[in-house]
Formats: sequence, structure tokens, C-alpha cells
Amino acid sequence: MHELPITENILNIVCRHAESGSVSQVVSITLEIGELSDIEDEWMQHYFDYLSKGTVAEGAKLKINRIPIKLKCSACSTIFEIEKSMIGQSKCPKCMASGDFSIISGRQYHIKEMEAR
Amino acid sequence: MNEIKLIEIKEEILSDNDLFAQELRRKLKENKTFVVNLMSSPGAGKTTLLLQTIAVLKDKYKTGVIEADIDSMVDAEKIREAGVESVQLRTGGFCHLDSQMVRQGLEALGSDDFDLVFIENVGNLVCPAEFDTGAIKNVMILSVPEGDDKPLKYPLMFSTSDVLIINKTDMLSLSDFNMDTLYGHISRLNPKMEIFEVSAKTGRGITAWTDWLTRQMSDFLK
Repeated sequence: MHELPITENILNIVCRHAESGSVSQVVSITLEIGELSDIEDEWMQHYFDYLSKGTVAEGAKLKINRIPIKLKCSACSTIFEIEKSMIGQSKCPKCMASGDFSIISGRQYHIKEMEAR
Repeated sequence: MNEIKLIEIKEEILSDNDLFAQELRRKLKENKTFVVNLMSSPGAGKTTLLLQTIAVLKDKYKTGVIEADIDSMVDAEKIREAGVESVQLRTGGFCHLDSQMVRQGLEALGSDDFDLVFIENVGNLVCPAEFDTGAIKNVMILSVPEGDDKPLKYPLMFSTSDVLIINKTDMLSLSDFNMDTLYGHISRLNPKMEIFEVSAKTGRGITAWTDWLTRQMSDFLK
């Protein structure tokens, strides 16, 4: 639902890097977005196409890599990956504790790199 | 045609907002303004709970409200009738508030004089969870009719909030809402979460919540 402001930030960051890297056209942008985010890839691209018109990033493709959710068990410090649908229902695979986990991955909103010419 | 080259970027997309929020939080601590970010689905009872809370605290603390819920001119009116100042932010259909918008709201209120400011965030459980508003405490309200499975559907909201207020507990007997199920989900997602069971309608449990808030405020204002 908040793809628009996110996309705006991406475009600003990309244009800044394009300027300093003397780029004439951005071809693709690789993003790393945590599984916990409710961002829709399709809408991101849609908004990006709209916002980037007339900029060096016009026509660039967003490549979105989803970063898995990882929890850390407070009892035994085990770090384990879980599906979003299992969050809140999981058990620690090692000590079988059923609570007190901290989220150590899955909330990322990161721009990794871009391809440009 | 030039060859395609790979350029490393390695930047956080939301870093602007995160930094701004941290700076805002620092200023709020300096000015001793305790800001509470209230989040919920539409209809969970944010405004009613807020009115109950204000009634208890307004004589003790200079209190203000930043209204951001999309359709809340009505709400702003009710808040003013309760005897505290409020400002209406024009979110223009935005699905969340960010820290810049909150700063605008605080400026409109004249934030330096306020001890306690509530933000009535836009009513949804998705977007507000992703944007740090700069608030000192994040509080979410879940109402009984919404169901005990909400932590599974909106894990981010439940993991980023400091407090959960379970509202409309007067409707428990009418629903299959299971308190143990809810507590189970939360102990896995956010075991440190403070939980209050209230009915903003009957006033049940409100004192436990306002007492907690008062304790937090005294620590903060020290």
C-alpha cells in the first residue's frame, strides 16, 4: 500500500548514484526487501515506470530479491528461518521453545546495485 | 551502444525517514514531550479509547492530539470537545504517517509546551508499521471483533509496537475470540509487548493502561 513513497525514495537514490557515476541510462535496479514487508512487486514497477519518466532511470527494471525472515531464540540463541505464514506459530527447532524470539532479518529495504550504461 | 556496467549502491531505502525519526525522538526527549503513536484498523476504537485516556490524563499533563486518520474531521471535533488541542494533518489519502509529517503536526500544535501528544495514525495495520514516526512509544489497538489471529496476518505491526491494547472486551462473550490463542501468538512475535485488555465503551481496564502511561511519563519527564 505504501509502494509509492518507497518507490520515490528508490528513484532519488538511484538518480543520485547515476549522476555521480556519469551514467546515461539505468537498465535495472536490484532491491533486497524483507519477506515481512507487504510490498507488491507489480505495483512497485508500475509506480517506478510512472515516476521515472524523463529521468535517467526511465525504463529500468526493478529486480526484487526477497530476504527470508530469520528469528533468534532468546533461550538458546539459535537462529532459524521461517515462512511468513508461520510467524507467531513457530517453535525453536533446537530447544523447542515456543516463544521469546527476536526478528533479526526480514524487514530489509535495501538497494543493492544497478546495471547502467 | 555502451557496455552495461554494474554499480554498487548499498543504501537503505527508508534511511531518510529513519534518520529524521531518530532526530525527532532526540528533540522530543530534550523538550520533554512524550509522543504516543496510536495505530489500529479502522473501527477498532482509536478515537473512543483516546477520549477515555485524555479524560484521565488531561488535568495532569498538557495534552495534544495529531489527527491523521483519513476521514477524521469528525474525530478532530470530538477531541476538541474533550478539551484538548488537536490538529488535523492532511494526509491526502496517504496510507501512513512518516516522521516529517509528525514534525509538521507538532509544529502546528506548538510542541514545546506539550507533555503528552497522541498521534492518531492512519487506520490500517500494514503501512504504519514500516514508517518510524519518531514517537516515543508505539501503541496498537486490536478490537475483539477483528479476531485473535491478527498477529499472524500483520506480524510486522505486532512486532514493532511496544503496547497492545485489546479493545471491545465487552464483546468477548459474543465472539469466538480466544485470549490464550492471541497471547500465544504474541509471546512468539513480541514477548516484551505490554498488553492491556480494555473496553473503551464501559471503561473496563482503562485505569491499568493510564496508570502504565503515567509511570512511563514520570520516568520520561524526570
